[in-house]
Amino acid sequence: MRMKTSDESLAKAAADGDGKAFSLLLERHYDRLFRLAFRLTGVRSEAEDLTQDICAALPAKLSAFHAQARFTTWLYRVAVNAAHDRRRRAATRARHNDGWGDWEANRRAANAETAEALDWLTQAMRALSDDQRDTLALVLDDMTHAEAAQVLGISEGTVSWRISEAKKQLRALRVKEDQA
Amino acid sequence: MTDDLDDLKRLMDQATPASDPASRAAHIALARKNFAEHQENAAAARRNSERPEGGLIKGVANMLAHMSTRGALAATTALVALGVVIALPQLSQAPLPDLQRRSAPVELQTTAEESAPVGLADEAESPAPEGEAPIARALQEAPGTARLRTRSQGAEPSQTLVAPKMAQRPAPGDDLALPGPGPNTESFSNAAQNTLKVAAEDPVSTFSIDVDTASYAVLRSSLTAGQLPPPEAVRIEEMINYFPYDYPAPQAGEAPFKPTVTVTPTPWNSGTRLVHIGIQGRKPVTDTRPPLNLVFLIDTSGSMNQPDKLPLLKQSLALMLPRLDARDQVSIVTYAGSAGQVLAPTPASARGTILAALDALSAGGSTAGQAGLQQAYAVADSMATEGEVTRVILATDGDFNVGLSDPDALKNYIAQKRDSGTYLSVLGFGRGNLDDATMQALAQNGNGQAAYIDTLNEAQKVLVDQFSGALFPIANDVKIQVEFNSAQIAEYRLIGYETRALNREDFNNDKVDAGDIGAGHTVTAIYEITPVDSPARLTDPLRYGATEPGTDLRGELGYLKLRYKAPGAEQSELIETPIQPGSAASDDIRFAAAIAGFGQLLTGSQYLGDWGYEQMIALAVDARGDDPFGYRAEAVRLMRLAASLSR
Repeated sequence: MRMKTSDESLAKAAADGDGKAFSLLLERHYDRLFRLAFRLTGVRSEAEDLTQDICAALPAKLSAFHAQARFTTWLYRVAVNAAHDRRRRAATRARHNDGWGDWEANRRAANAETAEALDWLTQAMRALSDDQRDTLALVLDDMTHAEAAQVLGISEGTVSWRISEAKKQLRALRVKEDQA
Repeated sequence: MTDDLDDLKRLMDQATPASDPASRAAHIALARKNFAEHQENAAAARRNSERPEGGLIKGVANMLAHMSTRGALAATTALVALGVVIALPQLSQAPLPDLQRRSAPVELQTTAEESAPVGLADEAESPAPEGEAPIARALQEAPGTARLRTRSQGAEPSQTLVAPKMAQRPAPGDDLALPGPGPNTESFSNAAQNTLKVAAEDPVSTFSIDVDTASYAVLRSSLTAGQLPPPEAVRIEEMINYFPYDYPAPQAGEAPFKPTVTVTPTPWNSGTRLVHIGIQGRKPVTDTRPPLNLVFLIDTSGSMNQPDKLPLLKQSLALMLPRLDARDQVSIVTYAGSAGQVLAPTPASARGTILAALDALSAGGSTAGQAGLQQAYAVADSMATEGEVTRVILATDGDFNVGLSDPDALKNYIAQKRDSGTYLSVLGFGRGNLDDATMQALAQNGNGQAAYIDTLNEAQKVLVDQFSGALFPIANDVKIQVEFNSAQIAEYRLIGYETRALNREDFNNDKVDAGDIGAGHTVTAIYEITPVDSPARLTDPLRYGATEPGTDLRGELGYLKLRYKAPGAEQSELIETPIQPGSAASDDIRFAAAIAGFGQLLTGSQYLGDWGYEQMIALAVDARGDDPFGYRAEAVRLMRLAASLSR
């Protein structure tokens, strides 16, 4: 029989100051967290930075975990919020640093990427909005629509709608590709 | 029909990289560090790391009330099975879920049951061995905690998890301040054990004396908490030097201390001898002592808010006050977040004022050791007058990290202050956070003693009984150099003093810092030597290159040289004496040998052969001697405890 202490028990112990429980919990979920971070950002280095942000903030956030939700649901919500924060900060930085040099550098980088002929996955993810991408990241990680809804703090219907919109766009992309 | 989403999922799964092991480790380490800091701040508000709510009995009652009949039956069995665990409290600080607030069945989920969509099966997990309980599994997942053996084999899940929660709590009547289950960030200073040296190849051994005792107190606190101390926490010379010995004292007009060398049989090896070097510092003459200026630099960071830390510290310093008089001055500086002077220099006779200032201290905030240290030295400078002894006494639980950007710069700073006449001693309190390595480094650079205070008894010993030794230096930079006669001695080994080794050329270099001896201090160093004709030799004699020593010196085993400086002096003095074979072993010497054996057993030394705890305890009991304060009787109790724990 395979058994283990539940995440929720560990999270409660950790919130009460048990360092070993905290370490165990993080060891258990780190890889999953990193995978989600990659799916939310699409770039390895960004994913690593995001995971680091989450790890750094987790101890303080953990005291707010009161076991109304599954630990993973809660952890994913923390991750998605951290990704939003990062995006917001990046946007602010981009506005402030909007010098010509940055712009030129970005333009060249963009050209280089186009030349490499992006694979379908990147193209597909690029074609989607941030919201659609976040939702897809969760659903592609084997979450039900209901759970994804809980993580994102939106209704299940909204999740389903976003997914169907995303599917429509993917189909359109496929059609365009086939025609090309 | 595969829809686009399935394609996307497949591609996504392919594209998603595995996490990088280095980043993974770094991120987890960062999270742990932040966790520890977060706990420190939380602990400040909470008074100590014990969980606030409900007692053990209440918790169990609560749990029973929430359980199904089947669960309750299991738990009742568990309580019976638990008898053993409760009898050995503190066996575990394992990562444990809090069972008190939740009904038991929710606590454990079998992965088989986890068919919920989120499916959090632990990929790294392997199936449990037959009959092994889940808590043991949980322990295996967390390295370094697998000390607990669950007694209830093949038990129900809810049964086994009850045990550790209870084991975490001290048994009723246990009056020790035990470490909480918080994160352990201790670090210890030690070097690899001294190995056997061949006298013909490397005849000279050089080291600095060491009067610290911290290691013994740390191992006592580990043993009384039911755990063998980590081998790196054991420094044998500090264990030996913890005990007062009565070696022949120097006569008036002689050097401030006197070495006595005795060669005795080795308890654990009939083929070798122990060279016992006992150094006795001149006994203090209290009425002619110089006035003292003491600056207590007290760590009041959040982590100090535990019964065995700040409260014990206040009591300890209060114990010491009666030893001071109107000529002495006391000042108190605290550091936590921002450093501050709590008590301006006050004559020690104004005991009420000092006690009130001590009493008003409270813990909170993070640690800014360096700022505090600078302020303490500034205060000390303002108090210093010619002919007085000025000393900063740093009291901390080891948290010395905030603001300490460059450890070397800090050490240099302390060394520079030492040369200008202000010494530094370090008192360690509490466990779990003890930065023994930094404490050692600071005290060594400050010409002071590092002591670890775990009980009020220890405070009595360090601050009252050995008050003058700790505060009045009689000789600085004391170095020992022994040259062995390779015609007599085949091999030798210095027991302990690993962190105090010096280079051969450092002995005559007065610029090289070394340990200090206080009034009345005794210092002991022990070598194990193997005579050339002994069957216990581990190395073969060289076929070529053996040289005959000078004609008259053949009977000598070796030659002992000591260098020291009188306090404040620049030039060192030399004391020398030959090491002659054979003399009677006093109780002091045999007891020191027993403690040396104890330290080697705890560090897993390979030189002891079949000699074990039983023989060691017999020797220590036999050599206990006078023992007016019961230190040696306590050591025997600890030996017996270690013997049981090591089985």
